[in-house]
Amino acid sequence: MKKTFRIGGVHPHDNKISAEAAIEVFPAIETAYVSMAQHLGAPATPVVAVGDKVKVGQVIAEPSGFISAYVHSPVSGTVKSVGPRADIAGNMVPHVEITVEGDEWMEDIDRSDRIISEIPYSPEEIIEKVKKAGVVGLGGASFPTHVKLAPPKDKKAECLILNGTECEPYLTSDDRIMRERPQEILIGGAIMMKALGVTRGYVGIEENKPAAIASMTEAAKAFPQIEVVTLKKRYPQGGEKQLIDAVIRRQVPSGALPIDTGAVVQNVGTSLAVYEAVQKNKPTIDNVITVTGRCLPAQHNYKVRIGTPMSKILEVAGGLPENAAKVISGGPMMGRAIANLDAATVKANGAILVLTEAETRRRSESACIRCSKCASACPMGLEPWLLNKLSRAGGRYDELEKERVFDCIECGCCSFTCPAGIPLLDMIRISKAEVMKIMRSRPKK
Amino acid sequence: MNKLFVSPSPHTHGPESTQTIMRDVLIALTPAMLVSVLASGWSALVLIIAGVATCVLTEFLIQKYLIKGPVTVCDLSAAVTGVLLALNLPPNAPWWLIVIGSVVAIGVAKMTFGGLGQNIFNPALVGRVFLLVSFPVLMTTWDDAGSMFGIVDAFSGATPLGAVKEGLKNGQTLSQLTADNLTFSQQFFFNVGGSAGELSALALILGFIYLLCRRVIKATIPVTILCTVFVVSGIFWLANPERFTNPVFNIFTGGLLLGSIFMATDYVTSPMTTKGQIIFAVGIGLITVFVRYFGSYPEGVSFAILIMNCTVPLLNKYCKPHRFGEVKK
Repeated sequence: MKKTFRIGGVHPHDNKISAEAAIEVFPAIETAYVSMAQHLGAPATPVVAVGDKVKVGQVIAEPSGFISAYVHSPVSGTVKSVGPRADIAGNMVPHVEITVEGDEWMEDIDRSDRIISEIPYSPEEIIEKVKKAGVVGLGGASFPTHVKLAPPKDKKAECLILNGTECEPYLTSDDRIMRERPQEILIGGAIMMKALGVTRGYVGIEENKPAAIASMTEAAKAFPQIEVVTLKKRYPQGGEKQLIDAVIRRQVPSGALPIDTGAVVQNVGTSLAVYEAVQKNKPTIDNVITVTGRCLPAQHNYKVRIGTPMSKILEVAGGLPENAAKVISGGPMMGRAIANLDAATVKANGAILVLTEAETRRRSESACIRCSKCASACPMGLEPWLLNKLSRAGGRYDELEKERVFDCIECGCCSFTCPAGIPLLDMIRISKAEVMKIMRSRPKK
Repeated sequence: MNKLFVSPSPHTHGPESTQTIMRDVLIALTPAMLVSVLASGWSALVLIIAGVATCVLTEFLIQKYLIKGPVTVCDLSAAVTGVLLALNLPPNAPWWLIVIGSVVAIGVAKMTFGGLGQNIFNPALVGRVFLLVSFPVLMTTWDDAGSMFGIVDAFSGATPLGAVKEGLKNGQTLSQLTADNLTFSQQFFFNVGGSAGELSALALILGFIYLLCRRVIKATIPVTILCTVFVVSGIFWLANPERFTNPVFNIFTGGLLLGSIFMATDYVTSPMTTKGQIIFAVGIGLITVFVRYFGSYPEGVSFAILIMNCTVPLLNKYCKPHRFGEVKK
């Protein structure tokens, strides 16, 4: 029997319509807008000034804290401005604007196709290289990878799980890289295993990607320590906690970190970035972005330089159709609706999804019929109907805390399932933020 | 330039709505309705139509003119109540009986609590019990109803459960009573005399399978009720087969199947977690058997469900789902 996680989950239509579109290199852009806040944690501090000449892969910003990351120039050219610019939500975030001139790379970057599988580096060297390359988690959370590869002293990593589930509907960028670059992904995995000092590795892939499973399994023959695990199709299997449960049957206790189960989870895209960083000296300057939607004339998987405006990508992909009603960065379950199409891509952008009004229309809300489908769907074993009720009752935060609202991973299964069309997750988010604030304000013991 | 929407995730919704769920329940009840009409003729059809019409109209009038709020009869929940009430009456009951029952079901049991999702008791069962205590003769007499297409022999007299109760009261033993009673195959396919919906176990089970396939309900509640009834009545029967009816008889007679599949699984009035649902269902099974064996009424399913309905808020409060990462103690 195929493995999967043990609590909750839903089965949205997978809509992987761009799965057969091979990765295309996106045409050169004229201007790159590089965000300084591409990772979880403090925004990076720019180290270039207006008028500076930069090359592809050159450091343009340094980390400004423990949880922060380097940012590199994705293009070569001249720095035109350094200052705030609107991100996809319209928030002003520091950016470095670079006018593109040619395509001149840093000399130490190995741009050949040669695959290097020997890993002559020590764990410390690997972590330093990953850090210097600005690698962040590409599954969506964009947590700096070098931090995750160096767990706290009192925790012991036992295995590495590569996340190739891509459980969100529509997204296919991970599918494509697993089909096209399986060896590099696995070498990246082996590098991270060495850094973590673990000898067991897994790649979790959902059954709806048979071609990716085949290519990864074939490539994994050269890696006896890494096992490709076929998982049942079920959302949100790509959630870190769900994936650990599915692959090694351990559940992260409430309030604990995934590392407490001994597992470190990294996205396959991150693994590829680690490979490039360590073996090829190539920092994270581009990523694969799925451009998809049933209303689009064609489906694409583009390899895009970071800092490319979303509007530019949509234009090259054939333009936004008349009936497009929502443009989403990411998938339909957890992606963020884009308010500002001129915002530029960041490292963790995996997809641009265009939906029509009919596909994304919110249902009008009717009375809760107490079917408890939300509770059955919740992968964290919570009761969304109750959290919604307490949230609307206003200020019942002690009860909300007791009902573990802070455990919510915001996967959206409850809202997706609710036959009454109640925006359960919206209400949960509101009170979750409030409860987290209260919990943080308490004096630590 | 497109006008683009922005909202928090998720950006898509599953296919289910309240209306599709209620529609599925109606589809699942169709075999039982068909059997009822085939066996009892036009009067059963009149009951169903009158029940649905009155329920929907009552809800409409209350929402429109009393509450002056949105009218939600299109969610089909009132129609489901109407059908269930019709299947809970003797098929040859007069049309005005179900009209009264429907007004009570929707007007009293559902709308006074705030409408769909707010009621504590199953509306159809409140309607049925109201009629049972108000019109005991009409509610327990099964006249000779003309079979509609002559397919099935019509029955008359009391239900099997009623006959057993009556006979036991008169000092007869069960072996004397069951000699002229029903065989299993008769019970299963067609011939258990009783309320419209109690006629055919097969029709009800078909509906059950449909609901399971469509994931409208889970098997937890019905299966637990049936197992409880089987085990508990089995113990009594083994102890004294002359005094107590056998477990198979108990499962296939009366409203047990209709009640466990369609009434005890009512979302609004059943617990939300599996743990709670099991306690709820065991309670229904126990009460049913005790009313049948020791109560003054021949049938106890309605009472059992209504009594256990009262426990639902408490069960919801104390039976929590298994949380992710929780260690089993």
